[in-house]
Amino acid sequence: MRGRAIVFPYTPRMHNTNGESRPAAPVIEVEGLAKSYRVFDKPEGLVASVKSLFHRSSRVVEALKGVSLTVGRGDFVALLGPNGAGKTTFLKLLSGIITPTQGTARVLGHVPWERADDFRRRFALVMGQRNQLWWDLPAAESFRLHREIYRIEPARFERTRDELVDLLGVKKLVLQPVRDLSLGERMKLELVAALLHEPEVLFLDEPTIGLDVVAQHALHRFLAHIQAERQMTIVLTTHYMKDVAALCRRAIVITDGSILYDGSLDQIVDRFTTHKIVTLDLDDTPAADEFARLGFPCEIRGPQVTLRIDRQRIADVLPEILRGRQVRDVSVEDVPLEEIVAQLFRSGAGQAPRMQEARA
Amino acid sequence: MSRAAASLFPGLRAWWTMLVISLEERLAYRGDFILGTAMRFLPIVTQVFLWTAVFAATTRSDIAGYSRTDIVAYYLLTMVTRAFSSMPGLAGGIARSVRDGSIKKYLVQPVDYVSFLLAARIAHKLVYYAIAIIPFAAVFFVCRGYFPPVPDAATIAAFVVSLMLSFLLGFFMEATLGMLGFWFLEVSSIIFAYMLVQYLLSGHMFPLDMLAAIPTGLAGVSVADLVRWLPFEYTAYFPAAVWLGKIRGADLVRSLLIEAAWVAVMALACRIAWWRGTRRYSAFGG
Repeated sequence: MRGRAIVFPYTPRMHNTNGESRPAAPVIEVEGLAKSYRVFDKPEGLVASVKSLFHRSSRVVEALKGVSLTVGRGDFVALLGPNGAGKTTFLKLLSGIITPTQGTARVLGHVPWERADDFRRRFALVMGQRNQLWWDLPAAESFRLHREIYRIEPARFERTRDELVDLLGVKKLVLQPVRDLSLGERMKLELVAALLHEPEVLFLDEPTIGLDVVAQHALHRFLAHIQAERQMTIVLTTHYMKDVAALCRRAIVITDGSILYDGSLDQIVDRFTTHKIVTLDLDDTPAADEFARLGFPCEIRGPQVTLRIDRQRIADVLPEILRGRQVRDVSVEDVPLEEIVAQLFRSGAGQAPRMQEARA
Repeated sequence: MSRAAASLFPGLRAWWTMLVISLEERLAYRGDFILGTAMRFLPIVTQVFLWTAVFAATTRSDIAGYSRTDIVAYYLLTMVTRAFSSMPGLAGGIARSVRDGSIKKYLVQPVDYVSFLLAARIAHKLVYYAIAIIPFAAVFFVCRGYFPPVPDAATIAAFVVSLMLSFLLGFFMEATLGMLGFWFLEVSSIIFAYMLVQYLLSGHMFPLDMLAAIPTGLAGVSVADLVRWLPFEYTAYFPAAVWLGKIRGADLVRSLLIEAAWVAVMALACRIAWWRGTRRYSAFGG
């Protein structure tokens, strides 16, 4: 399975005050990590349901099939993948909620599923809607509880809390019962709660899910700032390419329990796109076959024409297209990241002729 | 200072904060409490009517050593002991947090779930007493004629100790029950079965002295003798019987020791269930 993964050499860097870069000791080391579950099939129909009282049929689902990677201090890594790809399973393993079927992992030098208090004081996990905040109380009370269970020194606690609350602009919200807050507001306060003990490693599971664009933006700004300031190691899972583009230099694509791609975001575009998108704004609506004869997929919408052109050929083809035409505007763009990743997901699921091509 | 001692103090502080915060949370629901407390007195009214009818139909002045007034006093006292030992929502709440995954929080954070539950439950009880004291005091004042004279200091002390232990016993029994949620998706029928046995054998339904007349078949051993070795009677019958002076001297000391032993056993069972349960959860679910 692992043979399929395309891994680009990725050297974690740490920027110190001199501005030099040097390799940092890995904070997360994962080797051959696999997790399978036994799931029981729930049969349909009354007769089958009664039968299942005596004999339940089960099957084994391999949620993760041998994942290996390292993450250095201060890295900001995105885990991408379709639903059920194993992203959340991976985060649960790294935060010690579940034990693997196979393989090893070390986070901050600890085996996560041993759940040592020393380890648990040094990381945080924010899992979407699963709240660490007390529902009926103001967030300030949950913060106070965190001060005690993480044993944060009072002065330091106040400083950190005020800083986080300021950065996220939630000062007014900390004294309201959490149940009265909106999803976005709750998410911000969840983050404050998770960061109070200044964790060295932060795991975020779908932090922007269900948030509006403004809230997503605010969250991105906050995460980027806090990560740079504290040199925190962050691993986040997401569906949204915007999260990745805004925050992470390194993206790991997981499909079907295996790593399909591990490398920088730019390289995804370089490696996995075979063409660029050329958009022309013309004076008049062109004839339907006028562009078709060029042999590229094209779409005509009124006076606007969109062509997908091979990257190698674009320099030759473009002058030809422009020659002798009244062109108001022209743009040449990469295929949107969403589309590339969607393609990666699909190819991963269906064992991928495209991928083989791209590897060559 | 040793490492263990050094970590004990912040541990206690964290525990205290958990208690205070749980207290605040409970206070958000005080209206619910007032109604709940008032409703608790309803069943006892029917019990009093029932036993009044029983005594009217017999020429005996007492049944198993209980006169009509003793019976009323007994039921009122079991209400007090149940106020300590009953744990509404504890087992179900634990099982639910396993099912909906909110238990994860306690795997990720450096906090002990059982200690947390205990703090929350103490807070829960304190809020309950603060409110329930008013109706309790009123009922006991109205019914003061049913009670024998106030017992001596030693008996009162034994009563208080038995109540504290009954709180811990009830807590650890129900917490252990709730942790079965790690093994079974649905524990409500198990909880229901437990409640039935509990109702019958704890003395909540009738004074357990009445079981003394029922032989087990073994030479000279009655059902009451057997029940004495089970944990249930310590959550209702025992403290009430202590106050009424039914258990004295060496018997009293022995029963207190049995109660304490059950607390220790159930606390251990709870720990083991948590330890094995989370291991299972990590391996199969999560």
